Amino acid sequence: MNIIACVKQVPDTEAQIKVKADGSGIEDGQIKWVMNPYDEFGVEEALKLKEKNGGDVTIVSVGPARAMETIRTALAMGADKGIHISDPALDNADAFVTASALAAAIKGLPHDIIFCGQRAIDDDSGQVGAMLAELLGIPQLTLVTKLDFAGSSVKVIRPIEGAQLSIETSLPCVVTAQKGLNEPRYASLPGIMKAKKKPVDVKNAAALGIASDVKAKVAKVVPPPARAAGKIICGDDAAQKAAELARCLREEAKAI
Amino acid sequence: MAKGIFVIAEQRDGALRKVSFELASAARKLADQTSDEVSAILLGSGIESLAAELGKFGVDKVFVGDNAALEPYVTEAHAQVVAKILKDNDAAIALFGASVQGKDLSARVAAKLAGGLATDCTDVKIDGGKFVAVRPMYAGKVFADVTFNTTPAMASLRPNVFPAVENAKAAAVTKVDVAIDAQKSKILEVQKDTSGKVDLTEANIIVSGGRGMKGPDEYKILEELADVLKGTVGASRAAVDAGWRPQKDQVGQTGKVVSPNLYIACGISGAIQHLAGMSSSKCIVAINKDAEAPIFTKADFGVVDDLFKVVPELTAACKKMLA
Ligand SMILES: Cc1cc2nc3c(=O)[nH]c(=O)nc-3n(C[C@H](O)[C@H](O)[C@H](O)COP(=O)(O)OP(=O)(O)OC[C@H]3O[C@@H](n4cnc5c(N)ncnc54)[C@H](O)[C@@H]3O)c2cc1C
Ligand SMILES: Nc1ncnc2c1ncn2[C@@H]1O[C@H](COP(=O)(O)O)[C@@H](O)[C@H]1O
Repeated sequence: MNIIACVKQVPDTEAQIKVKADGSGIEDGQIKWVMNPYDEFGVEEALKLKEKNGGDVTIVSVGPARAMETIRTALAMGADKGIHISDPALDNADAFVTASALAAAIKGLPHDIIFCGQRAIDDDSGQVGAMLAELLGIPQLTLVTKLDFAGSSVKVIRPIEGAQLSIETSLPCVVTAQKGLNEPRYASLPGIMKAKKKPVDVKNAAALGIASDVKAKVAKVVPPPARAAGKIICGDDAAQKAAELARCLREEAKAI
Repeated sequence: MAKGIFVIAEQRDGALRKVSFELASAARKLADQTSDEVSAILLGSGIESLAAELGKFGVDKVFVGDNAALEPYVTEAHAQVVAKILKDNDAAIALFGASVQGKDLSARVAAKLAGGLATDCTDVKIDGGKFVAVRPMYAGKVFADVTFNTTPAMASLRPNVFPAVENAKAAAVTKVDVAIDAQKSKILEVQKDTSGKVDLTEANIIVSGGRGMKGPDEYKILEELADVLKGTVGASRAAVDAGWRPQKDQVGQTGKVVSPNLYIACGISGAIQHLAGMSSSKCIVAINKDAEAPIFTKADFGVVDDLFKVVPELTAACKKMLA
């Protein structure tokens, strides 16, 4: 099986995100960078498929030089090789440009199944998987929590609001992973040593023949709107506090 | 020049989903500023009668695609028809719901049209004649204004954030007939949740419990409060990872993003990844015995006490009040 896993390097979830004074973006000096947590589920599923059915796992990432660390992390988990799409022209890529870059790189590779995360926790956009599928002309299965491979097709579970769907799709296809799919493994020490010698191909936008002009532009960023200070409910005991809270919710917040 | 604001309505089992009315109302508000028309795209099988309901919320025109191949929802078929309608009509703006279906569909349509899409928006506006979508990024740590270099400008709107406002219009129906390609995906089974509770992303009131609940059985007191308030029970990741609650109940960065009117966090410390999923709630209540818990910095109302004492009293007080 030829399995691809797309990974993005993102700020650690605990990272403090500060807006630049001119609102043009965020300060990225102090940030600790990690693999997008949803991509960990994708990489894990790719490795499980390979262990069961044979084949190899290729990691593809679009990002600046530091994104190489994240590719190496995936290789240390057990993936075989990597493609690093790195080009300053892609620094402000939107979902469409990113998906175009991924599609251009993946088109030339044999691919049976492509994993993405359901969303990257930096832009929180949740678009690239579906866009990639469209650009490759193959079906997409988004927000998957269970996957069974059956030769030339896959069967997945996909929760929607108030129901769970079981869907079957022919290969190749794109699957976007969410929590519940598996428990991602940690890279082992021998894995980390081996990863250093695994091949990673570095490509730029010109080599892929893609345009870098964005369709949707982040024109300005601001800190979140401040919330008015809250009120601590006082009372002699739990019963009094509960009664006062109920009154506040009804009369002040009009929430019940 | 591109014109017309299009909303992609969402229906399931022959009923429009609430987000469809939220989209229609948001589109109406924009259209009234630009003297534009609101059109809805309604796809499925045997659904034409739903067009009038969209009219109630300000839709002038409804493009109805009635075809057995469009029921139930399959990504590629819907994307094909939606993209064609948007293109044929040279739409200026297209609004989707940021629901599971809307997110799946909108990105595919945007790629088909090689266009820009802003997902999970909490506001949309016309600024200097241009459409601007406002959306949280970095788990709500910043908010971005997104502008568009192509038409249609596409945005998906977070459910439960935009009010549904009645504003009756004619909702003239135009039928569209599109030859739909053979599909590579097939739905084998739909397993419905029979609890009778609305999904967290659509709930008006959420009563959520974390590690402070101590175990799975203790959630009974949250279920009781939720029953009285007609709400849905949610959970922190700690509670889900402990196996106390199913994955679908998880609120946060690796769970669901919710925007209820009222979010009651019980025994939840308020880790940054939890706040990521609920900080756009309109009213936040925290019940926690630790006065230093970070959840209190986000709460509109806080109770510092043992939740096992407060919650049953709160249930009783609400019951009395709502009787
Ligand atoms: C990549 C990543 C993604 C994550 N995604 C999510 C996510 O999506 N959602 C999420 O929730 N977390 C997520 N987390 C985990 C998060 O960091 C916290 O560990 C988690 O939210 C803690 O859950 P909690 O508040 O229930 O537990 P704790 O932090 O242990 O808090 C329990 C609280 O209960 C209070 N308490 C205890 N007993 C009582 C009592 N009797 N009465 C009143 N109060 C009581 C305590 O004072 C404490 O504040 C993620 C973490 C990472 C690293
Ligand atoms: N720069 C990137 N490089 C590789 N994969 C990416 C990149 N951006 C997004 N993806 C993939 O697409 C998923 C969804 O990202 P997004 O649409 O940005 O939220 C991520 O979880 C990744 O799997």
